[in-house]
Amino acid sequence: MNIESLATGAYLVAALLFIMSLAGLAKHETGKQGIWFGISGMALALIATVGLALDGGDHGGMTTTAIALMAVALVIGASIGLWRARVVEMTGMPELIALLHSFVGLAAVLVAWSGFLMVEAVGDAQTEIEPDLLGIHHGEVIVGLFIGAVTFTGSIVAYLKLSAKINSKPMMLPGKNALNIGSLVVFVAMTVWFVITPNVWILVAATVLALLLGWHLVASIGGGDMPVVVSMLNSYSGWAAAASGFLLNNNLLIITGALVGSSGAYLSYIMCQAMNRSFISVIAGGFGMEAPASSGDAEQGEHREISAEEVAEMLTGASSVVITPGYGMAVAQAQYPVAEITRILREKGVNVRFGIHPVAGRLPGHMNVLLAEAKVPYDVVLEMDEINDDLSSTDVVLVIGANDTVNPAAEDDPTSPIAGMPVLRVWEAGNVIVFKRSMAVGYAGVQNPLFFKDNTSMLFGDAKERVEDILKAL
Amino acid sequence: MLIGVPQETKAGETRVAATPATVAQLVKLGYEVAVEAGAGAASSYPDKAYVDAGARVVSMDDAWGAPIVFHVNAPDDAQIAMLQPGTVVVSMMAPAQNPELLSALAARGVTALAMEAVPRISRAQSMDVLSSMANIAGYRAVIEAANAFGRFFTGQVTAAGKVPPAKVLVAGAGVAGLAAIGTAGSLGAIVRATDPRPEVADQVKSMGGEYLSIESPEAEVSATGYAKEMGDDYKQREAQLYADQAKDVDIVITTALIPGRPAPRLLTADMVASMKPGSVVVDLAAANGGNVEGSVADEVVVTDNGVTIIGYTDLAGRLPAQASQLYSTNLVNLMKLLTPGKDGELVLNWDDVVQRSMTVARDGDVTWPPPPVEVSAAPKSAAAAAPVAPKEAKEPAGPGRRYLLTGIAAALLLLITAAAPDQLTSNITVFVLAIVIGFYVIGNVHHALHTPLMSITNAISGIIVVGALLQIGAGDNIVMGLAFVAILLASINIFGGFAVTRRMLEMFQR
Repeated sequence: MNIESLATGAYLVAALLFIMSLAGLAKHETGKQGIWFGISGMALALIATVGLALDGGDHGGMTTTAIALMAVALVIGASIGLWRARVVEMTGMPELIALLHSFVGLAAVLVAWSGFLMVEAVGDAQTEIEPDLLGIHHGEVIVGLFIGAVTFTGSIVAYLKLSAKINSKPMMLPGKNALNIGSLVVFVAMTVWFVITPNVWILVAATVLALLLGWHLVASIGGGDMPVVVSMLNSYSGWAAAASGFLLNNNLLIITGALVGSSGAYLSYIMCQAMNRSFISVIAGGFGMEAPASSGDAEQGEHREISAEEVAEMLTGASSVVITPGYGMAVAQAQYPVAEITRILREKGVNVRFGIHPVAGRLPGHMNVLLAEAKVPYDVVLEMDEINDDLSSTDVVLVIGANDTVNPAAEDDPTSPIAGMPVLRVWEAGNVIVFKRSMAVGYAGVQNPLFFKDNTSMLFGDAKERVEDILKAL
Repeated sequence: MLIGVPQETKAGETRVAATPATVAQLVKLGYEVAVEAGAGAASSYPDKAYVDAGARVVSMDDAWGAPIVFHVNAPDDAQIAMLQPGTVVVSMMAPAQNPELLSALAARGVTALAMEAVPRISRAQSMDVLSSMANIAGYRAVIEAANAFGRFFTGQVTAAGKVPPAKVLVAGAGVAGLAAIGTAGSLGAIVRATDPRPEVADQVKSMGGEYLSIESPEAEVSATGYAKEMGDDYKQREAQLYADQAKDVDIVITTALIPGRPAPRLLTADMVASMKPGSVVVDLAAANGGNVEGSVADEVVVTDNGVTIIGYTDLAGRLPAQASQLYSTNLVNLMKLLTPGKDGELVLNWDDVVQRSMTVARDGDVTWPPPPVEVSAAPKSAAAAAPVAPKEAKEPAGPGRRYLLTGIAAALLLLITAAAPDQLTSNITVFVLAIVIGFYVIGNVHHALHTPLMSITNAISGIIVVGALLQIGAGDNIVMGLAFVAILLASINIFGGFAVTRRMLEMFQR
């Protein structure tokens, strides 16, 4: 038993701890336990790696400078991370997560470049890699770099869009699908070339190409598809880590990368199912591409307005209420007054529940976190499938900042761009109150017949102010 | 512009065309409102309430002299004489029955809008006075019946014995009929309803009634939203049904009206005679000749066998405050349509089907009847030939195709692994197995915890720090720099990711 075999053992245990950590998230009760598994796994892995690095293996130990640098980087990173984690608003979670993805991507790029500099750049004099594995190493460098770079710029764009620093409308370059596919073809050619004759300029070109591709890929996807994009980038960041694992022949990195990669892929899959769209079509373009002009019909009938006081009266008289929030609630920061209304009504014996569409918000599970932050008990927050059958026996449904996810056209109108998308059937309830700024259409650009139904009333204005008005009237 | 609201002069009329609440809404639309002194008294709206809402209280002449006049009943000759040429007058006018009125209005040079002529399309529902008045009439019909009926509506078991619930038959499930069904049902009666339109069965059920169908090939979906007269065979079956029901029920409320025609005779004198003494019949169609033989408009008749037949024609007016409120709200909704700029300027858009239908006189011409309007509630057979082809249903991947894909993937994996050197083989093994485990573990994650899942995966993908840690000691300065940055970024992920996940999970509480 030496330091290396110890480290290998530690890595295996760490990998198992990570798996248990993710498994812990299956239930709210075991979630916190899961975190501790994750933290212990990470600690174990770090200690083992630092030990390995200090011992030095082939390099014969680390210089004091390297040790100092390592410590400084860890401390700075840790303090930035802890600080951001403490101050982040829950409405800002999508941005934070996108930013964290970009870090993984960039780190993967840096690891790949370091790998290149330690092996290929040294030429025949290198001692890191056995000569017959060199070709594989070349391939691993360029692939790891590519995935990392795409993740990096893609996540940066996602971050900028989510934090509204740039317009979240899809960027429409002519022939954008050809651009994407062309970049991939060029990249494959570069990979082959690089494996045969490793050359720093090919690597530079591949880096630039991947950075541009990542940028373009996400820039051409609109704001409402962000849940898919963020989970896709989550997946990419995992694959980037796995690629680094191949490069460094490190099983812990491979296992972790694969776990994260499949996690992101699974989430993207759920999101796509919830929109009845294929993953390719989300990547290849937003709704705007195919939406027929006819769907933009201005008027489909008469809508009725209602005042906050009347809503309050209706809520007090109801025996069951379902609230279906959407991204608009997060934008207006209305979750706190909504939680307060929930509390008051529950004290009065009204059965208040929440119905969450899988793609509500800008992140998978975003609404749940927002409501949890506002102290809504999690056992009244239900998923679409859990609540849909109960909606017909519900007295009042409050639709706060949601639009496409409650659109009856998805079920009734086979020509609608969102046809077939599973939606919350709120129109089956006795009364539907829609909180909205105006009669504008939602992300999919489709008019919502719900607004013109007999049992629907519109409450116009800022969601937060209106909800507070109701609160006052209660 | 100024809206004048004169007092109603028709005998027995209790309604008024504006309430303090609607005055406030009209003021919001930019109008000034002048209410004749005492106009709202019969509906319990004192003049002071109008003044508080922003109206002026004026004399009769001033109210009729306004450029816009709101009224409930059609103006009589003296009132038409008070109108200024160019005035827009809005009221109920029964245009089909009153050609002389229309020509008098046209001769006076006013623009006349008949509230009954609102087409029955969903966009115009909020201005449909026939519906809002019928709703009140249906409610009041049940109240009148209950008043005349010497028993409970609801069934009870008391110490003094069991009381059976009253049985109510509602003929015609239009707006009035449905209101009657709902009201009688909420009083505890057993309610049955008939209607020649089978599509109303669900509406009857939703109001708590039982739908009695008259089976006939003729029964069909109506294109105008109103029932139409039926053929002989149908009438026989219908008569049989009413004859059977008359012997059984305690209360009959008839609401059958076909616009512009005498009311159909549903209950004959024989059927009434077969009813139990003490039973009550309310005939909402008494004004148009009555659905019930023996009913007299505006009167209560008691037959020889003790059945009370109520023929009031002013049932809506018997709830004056309610009727005024709904009628005047219908008018406000109309004004919203006619005031696109919300600036108090009335604009009549001749191309709008609602406005065109309602206008019965304009610029000296009688503009009744309007071109016919198809009701949107009836299925549009022509429009169904959609110009856009429905999205083709996605072909589910057949099992064959799926096996093929799996086979190709397996073969590919096999070849890659076979060709790879040992080290890569073991890496691929670990990689593939980890993906499989990943999918199963993630599939079990609670949907509400997807955001914490993403942040914890963020944290553990910071494991890439391991790579950078191993590289930083390589001795090369550039590598050291790159590794330094990589360690820094990855540790932001690790610490930030775990901390934020922990924060989130603490927020979830029961």
